Amino acid sequence: MSKFSQEQKEYQEFVKRIRPKPPYLQNMVMAFLVGGLICAIGQGILNFYVFLGLERTKEAAGATSATLVFLGAFLTGLGVYDEIGKRAGAGSIVPITGFANSIVAPAMEFKSEGYVFGVAAKMFVVAGPVLVYGITSSVIIGFIYYLLKL
Amino acid sequence: MMDYIMAFIIGGIICAVGQILMDFTPLTPAHVLVLFVTLGAVLSGLGLYQPLVDIAGAGATVPLPGFGHTLVKGVIDEVNKYGLLGVLTGGLRSAAAGITAAVVFGYLMALIFNPKPK
Repeated sequence: MSKFSQEQKEYQEFVKRIRPKPPYLQNMVMAFLVGGLICAIGQGILNFYVFLGLERTKEAAGATSATLVFLGAFLTGLGVYDEIGKRAGAGSIVPITGFANSIVAPAMEFKSEGYVFGVAAKMFVVAGPVLVYGITSSVIIGFIYYLLKL
Repeated sequence: MMDYIMAFIIGGIICAVGQILMDFTPLTPAHVLVLFVTLGAVLSGLGLYQPLVDIAGAGATVPLPGFGHTLVKGVIDEVNKYGLLGVLTGGLRSAAAGITAAVVFGYLMALIFNPKPK
């Protein structure tokens, strides 16, 4: 630290003091509102499929996931989802629509690198790790459950 | 109406927790998604996630921890039915709709659309 003069130190502290702090509270509220809204829309879609006669926990739940994934992917293609994401942060990332967004956004971006190493490979930049850790942890947990049941 | 409110509140809280992790730790969005899927799987294995689904409906199944829960629920169902093989088959069977939709719709949308010029 001694290589900084007193003047430099004062300047650094001055910069630190006036630099705007990230709006943590606003970020959190926006994530809550947008994330909550997406989940409420999901509830509406789920209720609609149950109304159509699908069994709630398996059939309707699967159809709801597929519908939300479609909407997330479509809105990403239109460029709308990333506009929402700029304000919503985790509110648009954490729901399953965000999972779809994480697939489509890099795949579009890297289209110029071709349809194999560009589109198809980049689809899994984020989705790949999610599947790897999700599936692996479910298998480990399932195996423990199997052993405990013996 | 109550189910919409509960989905909104619980789903919103899960997303707000994700935002806090992104703002106050060095975790990137990708890290948060991986963490949430794994966390959902572990909570589901401990029997703690299903009660949240019972209360919050889509508020617990739409955020990514719900994906981990779906995988584990499927594995446990099939272990009960088919024994050891269920460990390998149950997860993807129960999450098939979401995963297949993600691959196919994701691919098609990436083909059809181009990124907006920045």
